[in-house]
Amino acid sequence: MSTAQRVVVDPITRIEGHLRIEAETDVDGRITSAYSAGTMVRGIEIILRGRDPRDAWAFAQRICGVCTLVHGIASVRSVEDALHRAIPSYSIPQNAELIRNLMIAAQYVHDHVMHFYHLHALDWVDVVSALKADPKATSTLAQSLSSYPRSSPGYFADVQKKVKTFVEQGQLGIFSNAYWGHPAYKLPPEANLMAVAHYLDALAWQRDVVKLHAIFGGKNPHPNFVVGGVPSAISVHTSGGGQDATALNIVGLQTVQNVIKQMREFVDQVYLPDTLAIAGFYKDWGGRGEGLGNFLSFGDLPSKGFWDTDSFLIPRGVILNRDLSKVHPIDLDADNEIQEFVSHSWYKYSQGDAQGLHPFKGETELNYTGPKPPYEHLNVDQKYSWMKSPRWQGKSMEVGPLARVLMMYASGNEQAKELVGVTLKTLDVPVDALFSTLGRTAARTLESKIIADAMQGWYDQLIANIKAGDVRTFNDQYWEPSTWPKHMQGVGLMEAPRGGLSHWIVIDDAKISNYQAVVPSTWNAGPRDAKGQPGAYEAALQDNHVMADPKQPIEILRTIHSFDPCIACAVHVTDPDGEELVQVKIK
Amino acid sequence: MQGPLIDTLVRQGVSRRTFLKYCATLASMMALPPTAGRAMAEAMAASRRPSVIWLPFQECTGCTESITRSHSPTIEGMIFDMISLDYQETLMAAAGFQAEEALHNAMKDNFGKYLLIIDGSIPLGVDGAYSCIAGRSNLDLLKDAAKGAAAIVAMGSCASYGGIPKANPNPTGAVSVSDIIKDKPIVNIPGCPPIPVVMTGVLAHYLTFGSLPELDDKGRPKAFYGETIHDRCYRRPFYDQGKFAKTFDDEGARNGWCLFELGCKGPVTYNACATTKWNGGTSWPVESGHGCLGCSEPDFWDAGSFYKALSTPANPLKLAATATVVGAAAGVAVSFANRAKKDAAKKAHQPVTLADLEK
Repeated sequence: MSTAQRVVVDPITRIEGHLRIEAETDVDGRITSAYSAGTMVRGIEIILRGRDPRDAWAFAQRICGVCTLVHGIASVRSVEDALHRAIPSYSIPQNAELIRNLMIAAQYVHDHVMHFYHLHALDWVDVVSALKADPKATSTLAQSLSSYPRSSPGYFADVQKKVKTFVEQGQLGIFSNAYWGHPAYKLPPEANLMAVAHYLDALAWQRDVVKLHAIFGGKNPHPNFVVGGVPSAISVHTSGGGQDATALNIVGLQTVQNVIKQMREFVDQVYLPDTLAIAGFYKDWGGRGEGLGNFLSFGDLPSKGFWDTDSFLIPRGVILNRDLSKVHPIDLDADNEIQEFVSHSWYKYSQGDAQGLHPFKGETELNYTGPKPPYEHLNVDQKYSWMKSPRWQGKSMEVGPLARVLMMYASGNEQAKELVGVTLKTLDVPVDALFSTLGRTAARTLESKIIADAMQGWYDQLIANIKAGDVRTFNDQYWEPSTWPKHMQGVGLMEAPRGGLSHWIVIDDAKISNYQAVVPSTWNAGPRDAKGQPGAYEAALQDNHVMADPKQPIEILRTIHSFDPCIACAVHVTDPDGEELVQVKIK
Repeated sequence: MQGPLIDTLVRQGVSRRTFLKYCATLASMMALPPTAGRAMAEAMAASRRPSVIWLPFQECTGCTESITRSHSPTIEGMIFDMISLDYQETLMAAAGFQAEEALHNAMKDNFGKYLLIIDGSIPLGVDGAYSCIAGRSNLDLLKDAAKGAAAIVAMGSCASYGGIPKANPNPTGAVSVSDIIKDKPIVNIPGCPPIPVVMTGVLAHYLTFGSLPELDDKGRPKAFYGETIHDRCYRRPFYDQGKFAKTFDDEGARNGWCLFELGCKGPVTYNACATTKWNGGTSWPVESGHGCLGCSEPDFWDAGSFYKALSTPANPLKLAATATVVGAAAGVAVSFANRAKKDAAKKAHQPVTLADLEK
């Protein structure tokens, strides 16, 4: 490298949505400035205005089809929170909470495994190198790591033959034009072959385990929800001949139990050992990609209702400057805590773009000021993204698996402490390595283990309740909007797989008058704010990234993928007062 | 060495020697042994999997996620044995410049022959800046990619009909694929998302028979969208008996009674959920206790609340809706009314063949 360069990666692939990264490098190829831009917007909040709040979950859920359940849950929780604020006795039945926990947990484990194998792995795993592996040595390697039964030499030979035939046909399809052979790939051929085999296994596994969502929600992607509980009534004890027409009978419950077992086995036998094995070859990635050092979690997975935060498996709070000795509380309603900025986002605030707005008072007007497409570069000194910049007390925050694992660790969760300890010891890396690209990817695996294990407890409790005669799944009190107070507002919080998620709803006369979603990938992928503070992606890329070849930006992909971007989530925000185009007719 | 590809290349002035050299270079680029070049050349000459290019516009990736849930054929089965998935942003290894190049190469090498899949709607506001890939608007990309496509699959309700971005007041000026492209065969596979086996089933049909399946007047394959949810619903006998769940957790809900009064849109929704079910035949929305949202119908987002019982979109249904209020005694009338509605609907579903589309 001899000159400073501007590197543009667009599209960032193997993510959800439309993301563009622009980075400036110095003469050594080191990234000095990075800019993250969301390049697609739909305006779902405008579309939500004036509608029945009970319908909102279905619209909000279509924000994203990958983390397909999270916006549905956050949305029904926002309406329930509004009802609870107005009528403190309002709650949902315990069975509904258990079923939601099972669905959320299933989303985590499904999503995290798919992210690791299908979205992230190809940053670390060289598919073509797998052709040089010795299947017998691969089998020995696999069996030294795990008791996973699909590990014979014949099995790996078959996978290798399949890939070889594919490659020899000369049509590489989704594997074409990649960075195979790049010096940044460090795995030996046998580890590559094992990972390719598990890539294919995970594809088959994920199809089966989403059956849990189909039982409770009718389908996946986009399962169904309902304000006040869950739509799937429990029909174990019925005798009217209609059990076959329902899902939550004894057959359905057994399917759920089976999925929980499959999930735990795959995490224990494949995902966790693979993460540790692959990480062992990339320990240098424990020394870059941190960025902010500030972490936020809204908390989730309650055992005594969503308004009892002490009962959460994942705690709520903020960690600042890596300081795990102190977890700061979050005041959701304080005007100066959670705010969104638009200084570098294609929106306009009525009182000027420099201020931040609390989501209950959130306003956004689409205001595209970027270059007319087709364009080569965005003007990063001005506005450059459809994402806003959320901040907590004016500070940029990272949300997601690393934030949650640190929060559990800092709050004394024994399993989290043990898993983190074992991981650091196995990899022989210092505790600082947690704050990195590698730490972020490892944290995703560790929380999958914690959450998959917790599923059995919720299932057992559900069965115990049914056995004791409690089959309530839905609170029909206040179902009818005519029974609601004239004005209500509430916030639906959840920890989505990608991080803290909040839906803020204002209801007037039983209609939505304002709806704002502040989502994980906005926290992480948002642009700079009024003070010029970068978002989490930008800061992470500016942390010790030297590119071997700017034309093959694998280093950028590794760190960006470690966040598991979900950009359709992050970019959807438009305001009640936003620009409304007349319907366009094409002749 | 002979085969369709090599013949084509020879016709285009590429010598056998050049072709072999290309294969050898490719093999060495991929760090394969020298013998692989020859094997590759033979395999390539013998057969090529049809190229499929998938472009994502204003979408949520739900359609991509859905196709990975297909049990037969599976996504990996398709990728390895049936198609060459040359551009698919969620799954492809390459990014940035290399991804753009992959798209460019696939379009050039397979001009006139590739199957183009679109998910998401196309925004026309602010010169297309509401949705860009690599600095290019969706409209620009669609028009360019459509030129060389043999046929286009509009995957999901957004690409088929505009979907959620087009919901009132359509803030970005979103339109469907068929609003833009008028000179290519287009099949709509609506649903939010579509049923996985329907997605792969339509692709398999095209790959096996070389043509799109028979379509209805909304551009949907009749094989999967020929009947309403309600016609094939397990809970239909309860409807006919006038037995309805009144809330999500009453005796009726637990007994699998009809969800009509909870707002089910099954009677006016054409899709295969009730027969194919979802996720390997595990369940489907109505079976799991929630009414059908009507997600495979155009503009279903603006068709009234999901929890409001259907009122009167058509005369026969008006009779049905009235009858439900009367209750069990009206079962026969309801049943009769629905037969009439079904006949009317069938008449409205005149087949559209590929020949019609190409007129």
